Amino acid sequence: MTLLPPLPHGRVRPVVRAPAAVLTRRAEDVDPRDPEVVQLAADLLATQRVSPGCVGLAAPQIGVGWRLFSLDVTGHPKTRSCHGPVVLANPSVVAASRKERGREGCMSVPELTGDVRRATQVLVAGVVPVTGAALTVETDAFEARAFQHEIDHLDGLLFLDRVAGAHGLHARSVYL
Amino acid sequence: MSLLAVTVIGHDRPGIIAETTAALARLGGNLEDSTMTILRGHFAMVLLVSADVRAGDVEAGLAVLTVDGTLKVTVREVPQEPDVAPTGATAYLLSVHGADRPGIVSAVTAVVASGGGNITDLSTRLTGELYVLLAEVDLPASADAAGLGARLARVADSLGVEVSLTPIDSDLM
Repeated sequence: MTLLPPLPHGRVRPVVRAPAAVLTRRAEDVDPRDPEVVQLAADLLATQRVSPGCVGLAAPQIGVGWRLFSLDVTGHPKTRSCHGPVVLANPSVVAASRKERGREGCMSVPELTGDVRRATQVLVAGVVPVTGAALTVETDAFEARAFQHEIDHLDGLLFLDRVAGAHGLHARSVYL
Repeated sequence: MSLLAVTVIGHDRPGIIAETTAALARLGGNLEDSTMTILRGHFAMVLLVSADVRAGDVEAGLAVLTVDGTLKVTVREVPQEPDVAPTGATAYLLSVHGADRPGIVSAVTAVVASGGGNITDLSTRLTGELYVLLAEVDLPASADAAGLGARLARVADSLGVEVSLTPIDSDLM
């Protein structure tokens, strides 16, 4: 069963790179039934899908300070639990446990990667665009990391804010 | 605009970075990449600074750091390196540990170099008898990682140390 609501045709939007104010401000709650929010959800998914290796995209990354993101870790080798393509509005991490360190990169910080400790078990709550239905997702491993990375974007945080130590930042030498 | 490599090495104390960067700011220098650590109690820092000032003038501007004789400062002009092009390389973490003896680093890194590996980060620590080396190694797509791992294992065996070479995955979110 897909968690994805029926969405209009999505447009590919340019990705904002740091430094940019929209990436470091807390994004605002949205009305999940607002047609503009629904269109933005479609645009996020469309933009994510044309970006090689990208498993998630938050609205601030395409310049919009709204609490909305898309995510899809299908097929990633580190994925265990997988909910397929997801768009979620007004999300929050309700519970998180079992932190592990991993190296992550971000479309908005394209030339760096960082070692970041993240929970490997999370419970995420939010509302589904279009329907406005409340949704909770319990997941683990790579999908848990991706959820936390995207929700961080909505709180104005980049992985740079969570790097584990002064030597935890690396030049991104591997391009997809 | 020239690019200057500034090194500051010596006895550690609070305030060295603040004083160094204040002097560089007074000279109109703009800090680019830098790294700093403590090695056996010694402060060790390298800064790359772009500035419209000659290396000798920057060294003179930093002389205040060296007056008590506990810090050594050098400034030299270095060429601008081109931006790193996409390489398709895979990053590995090389870990070596065991009883200290001369030649561990040279033997291990010679194997890495012969296998086409490029070390992008390195730190070593000696604590008591235990010697530890951690390095990040970029291996080009054409390199034989398994073969390199096997050669490293043979060299480690001859040195009586443990070695591992493991891929470092980085995931685009």
